[in-house]
Amino acid sequence: MDILSMTAVELGKKIRAKEITVREAVQACFDRTTEVEDQVNSFVTLEKEEAFRRAEAVQKGIEEGRFTGYLAGVPVAVKDNLCTRGVLTTCSSKILENFIPTYTAEAVRNLNKAGAVVIGKTNMDEFAMGSTTETSYYGATKNPWNLAHVPGGSSGGSCAAVAAREVPYALGSDTGGSIRQPSAYCGVVGIKPTYGTVSRYGLIAYGSSLDQIGPIARDVTDCAAILEAIASHDVKDSTSVLREDTDFTSALKCDVKGMRIGIPQDYFTEGLDQEIRDAIFAAAECLKRQGAVVEKFDLGLVKYAIPAYYVIASAEASSNLSRFDGVKYGYRTKNYEELHGMYKKTRSEGFGPEVKRRIMLGSFVLSSGYYDAYYLKALRTKALIKKAFDDAFSRYDIILAPAAPQVAPKLGASLSDPLKMYLGDIYTVSVNLAGLPGISIPVGRTSGGLPIGMQMIANCFQEKKLFTAAYTYECLTEKKWVSRWPHLRRNGEDIPAGEKEGREEK
Amino acid sequence: MANKISDETIEYVGILAKLELSAEEKAQAKSDMETMLDYIDTLNELDTRGIEPMSHVFPVHNVFREDVVENGDQHEEMLANAPQKKEQSYQVPRTFA
Repeated sequence: MDILSMTAVELGKKIRAKEITVREAVQACFDRTTEVEDQVNSFVTLEKEEAFRRAEAVQKGIEEGRFTGYLAGVPVAVKDNLCTRGVLTTCSSKILENFIPTYTAEAVRNLNKAGAVVIGKTNMDEFAMGSTTETSYYGATKNPWNLAHVPGGSSGGSCAAVAAREVPYALGSDTGGSIRQPSAYCGVVGIKPTYGTVSRYGLIAYGSSLDQIGPIARDVTDCAAILEAIASHDVKDSTSVLREDTDFTSALKCDVKGMRIGIPQDYFTEGLDQEIRDAIFAAAECLKRQGAVVEKFDLGLVKYAIPAYYVIASAEASSNLSRFDGVKYGYRTKNYEELHGMYKKTRSEGFGPEVKRRIMLGSFVLSSGYYDAYYLKALRTKALIKKAFDDAFSRYDIILAPAAPQVAPKLGASLSDPLKMYLGDIYTVSVNLAGLPGISIPVGRTSGGLPIGMQMIANCFQEKKLFTAAYTYECLTEKKWVSRWPHLRRNGEDIPAGEKEGREEK
Repeated sequence: MANKISDETIEYVGILAKLELSAEEKAQAKSDMETMLDYIDTLNELDTRGIEPMSHVFPVHNVFREDVVENGDQHEEMLANAPQKKEQSYQVPRTFA
């Protein structure tokens, strides 16, 4: 039985049926990380001892009937900006190189309650700031489909780990596309839920009004089951929303008859890769044949989303990251005299260039004299963007969009020009500004063999529409794009450029 | 390039951000910020008169709860993370001259 080929829900079923033990599942994941981690670098920390200890406890819990859900006994990886008690949590930054949290993030606690086994913490862009996972202090993660390319970011480690079959599923966080874009680049499924659906307690904050935690997995069914497990109302997060419609797996139906799907024409203009455009139109056609009503429309305001986003996200980041000062936890500079000098040296040595860039910009737009012109202007723009989506959702159930204008770029190609990197977020950031749910699903492969992702966006609290539409697409295409393995060489040699996908399943 | 960031502004922002930048980093920060602000200025094309700044997408206001301590004494665990500690407290350099 090939444990690594199974989705989380499939594996959970086998474990509950006693065909596979939790220990075997965990062992399979660690065997795979041993095989590929030196090539992919998805993880900052692997927690072997703790995972095997936990595996025994969960196995007992399953046998005693305490864990009965989809995810009982299934291994999971967690992005390294989610606090895990007693386990190193770095945010892929030097400033948290030795930080051991004293509590566990609510989303991870919810997974633990469902019987999950955390095997490690995944690599990310430092403090989730970046689109390539290259700003990590612990080295870049590579795209399992082609090791010369980035996995996307900032949840690049989580997406690469799932794509490389190191773990059946992972948690990520999404502030401006950090789940959806790397999911697209790595050919996996990732969803950013409606703001407030998953508690942010224990998520090390970047842009608090935009941050949401979400699942990354190999199919739509897994994502629905995982989101069902992690969604909860939490009094420890004052932006947490009390929802009674979190039975997301009930929406896994192959039926889009009458569903109104809008395609924003202003998303399909110059700058979008032709192969991505074709793949998305093909997917739309596929849903149309199944009875969906597909129409083109103008969303409007598209070019204002990125500038508004970078003002708001940087402003919030400059405030959120002021807590890292070398006093209570993390790195402290070696040579200092007085307090302020200690703060400044600690932060300057502890943060990487991209984080400093955003803290500087955020401090500037919040400073007196510029606050109205930049920060309030961005918040007003956000109100207009929200209204544009409200108008669209009065006519459509779902909006189809690319996840990113290009497929995964080569390593090193993005960092030299930050603005260019930011422009790659054009299809994702407005979803965070408006608090909407968005899912990214694989819909094809370029001629060079890199995955293409399609984003589906719904109105607030309408995740079920996303799951129904995405599940339908998956059924219609017989999971063509999600059931293949990337071709990772076992001995570390590079994959020749242009080589197509590897081992086929079944 | 429309936006010009002066040396004084970079110094001032460095103080607000509590970052000590090298001369090279300052020059880079200036040029990065100018590029970003030029780009952000596209927002000025939008007429936002009469539009309320939106900080939260849902009409959520203050959320209150009783301040009940739920976690036990984690003194040791928390201090274990401190870069420097002394007598059960965080140690910081001299604050008053």
